[in-house]
Amino acid sequence: MKAHLLSAADLTRDDALLVLDTAQELAQIADRPIKKLPTLRGRTVVNLFYEDSTRTRISFEAAAKRLSADVINFSAKGSSVSKGESLKDTALTLEAMGADAVVIRHSASGAPHRLATSGWIRGSVVNAGDGTHEHPTQALLDAYTIREHLAGGAGDLAGRRVTIVGDVLHSRVARSNVHLLHTLGAQVTLVAPPTLLPVGVEQWPCDVSYSIDAPLPQTDAVMMLRVQAERMDSAFFPSAREYSRRYGLDARRMAALPEHAIVMHPGPMNRGMEIGSDVADSERSVIVEQVTNGVSVRMAVLYLLLGGAPLVADEEESA
Amino acid sequence: MSTTVIRDVSINGERRDVVIAGESIAEVVASGSADTAGATVIEARSLIVLPGLVDLHTHLREPGREDAETVETGTRAAAAGGFTAVHAMANTDPVADTAGVVEQVWRLGAQAGYCDVHPVGAVTVGLAGQRLAELGAMADSAARVRVFSDDGKCVSDALLMRRALEYVKAFDGVIAQHSQEPRLTEDAQMNEGVMSGVLGLKGWPAVAEEAIIARDVLLTEHVDSRLHVCHVSTAGSVDLIRWAKSRGIRVTAEVTPHHLMLTDDLVATYDPVYKVNPPLRTAADVQALRAGLADGTIDVVATDHAPHPSEDKDCEWQAAAMGMLGLETALAVVAETMVVTGLLDWAGVADRMSIAPARIGRLEGQGRPIAPGEPANLVLIDPAARTVVTASALASRSRNTPYAGLDLPTRIVATFLRGRRTYGSDA
Repeated sequence: MKAHLLSAADLTRDDALLVLDTAQELAQIADRPIKKLPTLRGRTVVNLFYEDSTRTRISFEAAAKRLSADVINFSAKGSSVSKGESLKDTALTLEAMGADAVVIRHSASGAPHRLATSGWIRGSVVNAGDGTHEHPTQALLDAYTIREHLAGGAGDLAGRRVTIVGDVLHSRVARSNVHLLHTLGAQVTLVAPPTLLPVGVEQWPCDVSYSIDAPLPQTDAVMMLRVQAERMDSAFFPSAREYSRRYGLDARRMAALPEHAIVMHPGPMNRGMEIGSDVADSERSVIVEQVTNGVSVRMAVLYLLLGGAPLVADEEESA
Repeated sequence: MSTTVIRDVSINGERRDVVIAGESIAEVVASGSADTAGATVIEARSLIVLPGLVDLHTHLREPGREDAETVETGTRAAAAGGFTAVHAMANTDPVADTAGVVEQVWRLGAQAGYCDVHPVGAVTVGLAGQRLAELGAMADSAARVRVFSDDGKCVSDALLMRRALEYVKAFDGVIAQHSQEPRLTEDAQMNEGVMSGVLGLKGWPAVAEEAIIARDVLLTEHVDSRLHVCHVSTAGSVDLIRWAKSRGIRVTAEVTPHHLMLTDDLVATYDPVYKVNPPLRTAADVQALRAGLADGTIDVVATDHAPHPSEDKDCEWQAAAMGMLGLETALAVVAETMVVTGLLDWAGVADRMSIAPARIGRLEGQGRPIAPGEPANLVLIDPAARTVVTASALASRSRNTPYAGLDLPTRIVATFLRGRRTYGSDA
């Protein structure tokens, strides 16, 4: 793997499988009474969050702590950032404090890329979601979840059909998933109203449909994206009700899925908007599992980027 | 009176001695026949001479942003780039929307002495797009403003644009439009296309430029005035301007050096040195712009020299300012994209970078033939040399060049403003 995780497109098939396999091994420690490995003892991981994101931040925090890393949480609110400090100066500060890895969430697309390539810091940079660009660890945890359910928990996702529905235009989850799922051999179909698809999407390695109903009967996993209500103020769609009617996953549509298909959502959900409550709480929903798998996948990413001690030895001496 | 002899220099492929006496060209004679007694002699066997370059689109930042550039540093950069005249854009602080401000900028230029500074007047008060600035007062001022622009902002109100076009006919002015439909480009970050979709940056569609150009050429035809289209960046814009010219509409257009060379895939670096307005477009657009400049659809190369201090570029893409330096690299980029490719010869470069911009700006002593009696506004170029662009060596106060490290053709040997050397030290 490279020194940073900025985009799911940076991961080769072998890289991606290494992360998933490592995550699988690390997941086993979650079942132990003491959920901790010493592999990153003495290493410092900074969670640099410029956007509110409780679930991603605590997922990374739990991942780092289970590997015994020292974790520093730096959130933009109530910090020097709210006093107008630039990304560069914040980065120089973190470097001076000896950060080995910086996990960054930022509203500006490309901010992790700048952090990694501008020479401000030497540590590894992990993109925890940047603007409307990418969210690679979300794609990894989604691939992990799909693999557990549909591919026997091993190998790649060749031939699996994944349908991603919603605001693709503004979705970093969709971008990262298209890259990663394609790399792993899955066939991806994006579903959205034309206003919520980016220009040039026809060149992405996936199919595109304006209708949710057409692909559902051939879908192994359907992923519903959060749709922000304020999009309708910018005329992306006329009303929440119309969106829900045309693109929401309700019980009737869920019935069109094959027996084995799973329902996913990166959260947080708008129940009643893109996903019905009965669907979210149904047996097919793996939404809570996605959260669990997120910790394992992020442990794997930090472990591999920071070059922790070999896993086998760790397991024996687990403290 | 001091005399300089530029010996054995190429003028449109013919070798001549050019004798400068005082502020003017005294003689242009066969090589070796000029009297060099008591004169400063420049051996120019491998060099070419062009009329001093004229920029229709320069941001000198003074008054207001002297941390980015001043009239003095900006005009030194201009001289280093072979320019003898620049048009200073109006988006300063305060805005150049009154006779007082344009006269101040004009005077600062005259004091600095590196090149002529012709202030561009704002079309609307404060560039706000609400009501016309006092265009006549600026035209009548000591600065004799003829080019008016809200550059950086588009005069998007169709009625206001119509009135501006009509009003400047009284003093042979021209409206230089920054063609950018504002609603289609809210928060836009880069060219809208495959790259913007992949990079998750808000797109800036070509139609936002083209829709305004289409409207403006029709307005210009309707009121029979003069329109100049700033920094054309798309293939569709070239087509529209070609169509308008074929109808006899009095429209002229400029392209920047960076739009002749750079494309939007550079944005994948997220390095804000490539962030500019209008944005870098696709390779197909670059080819269409080069073809348009070659066939005269696009009249001039204008730099849109836009200095920014490092803190406005050393940050995330979205937070960065738009614009790049251009004065000191313009000729080299035009040589690389137009001369090396065979699209223009040096006479063509002289037309697009000196003669045509001087004509559009109604400048009397610039863009003139190299002939006895003409003002000695000249640039001496080594066409065979190559220069590696070094940001720290630029005369501009800012460092935001997208060409740093590139090895580009030509070297500027000397620039003369009315006989006085404004760039180049060795005799």
